[in-house]
Amino acid sequence: MQLKTIRYILWGLVGVAVLGVGGAYYLNKTGSGMNLVPMVAKLGTPFNLVDYNGEPITEKAFEGHPTALFFGFTNCPEVCPTTVYEISNWLTTLGEEGEPLRVFFISIDPERDTPEMLSDYLKAQSERVVGITGPQEEIDKLVLGWRVFTRKVPLDDGDYTMDHTASIYLVRPDGSFQGTIAYGEDTDVAIEKLRLLLKS
Amino acid sequence: MFKHIAVAALALTFSSAVSGTAFADDIVAGKLTISDPLIRATAPKARVAGGFMTITNHGDQADRLIGGTASFAGKTEIHEMAMQGEVMRMRQLAEGLEIPAGGSVSLMPGGYHIMFMKLGEQLMPGETRKVTVTFEKAGEVALDMNVLSVGDLKKHMENKHMHGDHSHN
Repeated sequence: MQLKTIRYILWGLVGVAVLGVGGAYYLNKTGSGMNLVPMVAKLGTPFNLVDYNGEPITEKAFEGHPTALFFGFTNCPEVCPTTVYEISNWLTTLGEEGEPLRVFFISIDPERDTPEMLSDYLKAQSERVVGITGPQEEIDKLVLGWRVFTRKVPLDDGDYTMDHTASIYLVRPDGSFQGTIAYGEDTDVAIEKLRLLLKS
Repeated sequence: MFKHIAVAALALTFSSAVSGTAFADDIVAGKLTISDPLIRATAPKARVAGGFMTITNHGDQADRLIGGTASFAGKTEIHEMAMQGEVMRMRQLAEGLEIPAGGSVSLMPGGYHIMFMKLGEQLMPGETRKVTVTFEKAGEVALDMNVLSVGDLKKHMENKHMHGDHSHN
């Protein structure tokens, strides 16, 4: 490719960028732009559940330190084991810097996920990801409080699987919501989001 | 710069052609060729596992992957996972998965997979597991599926994906 062609393409890209930034500014000014980050006053809710050691746990466990929350279930072949694996890698990368972070795996399928099962399942994958389960009504409170989508999908023989929000929720020490890490997020982006959380 | 990228892409394509057969030889069943049959290892107490492979149909008639059996699973189905925004959705393909005439379909993370359910035992990295998959026309095909750790499977699939060694028809 000729240098001249490359130069035209680059100037074209600059044009697109200028239009994009201008457009975003205009939309923002006129208030018609979509909020990329949901402006939620406060996510979260009080709850009474148990951790994977059977110890009582409440919303206080998410306060006073940076927290990452994942809503999943053990009958999940891909998203849940992959997310636990990713979190474990990020924590290794962050090293000492990541120590204040607490990570919780909240079961959206408490009917099948007992504390013992979560313990065996999670402890084999990471020492840092603590499981939470308990009565369905209390799980429902958390799911609603964090605006998590879950739906039971029946399979043909009475069995079922779950559709669910696969993002990781990042919560600041004061309990406020920073944002999410999407499933399949680029590693560098995920690490930067965690660093930002750890500085909050 | 562009020339370098092209050369790098070409090099990767060749290396993938080699690594694609590094685990197991392709399985030929009638007009079908099955390559790279893999299972994601499971954590203790996990009762489901995903299985992956690429199926190529050299025939002039479509075939259909309709199910399977495995001694370690109480139930083996064909499922499709899809991300809709931030939500992960899972569906059973009750009618199976079409392998078009002259086409190739990859079962891979984030999409189609063999869903092993009601697992009776943990699937450990490094194991090879016997699985039978069933096609409408090609019938039952016995496979030796290699079990990879979550991390190794992810890396393997990223390489495969990057090299364009997949297609959804």
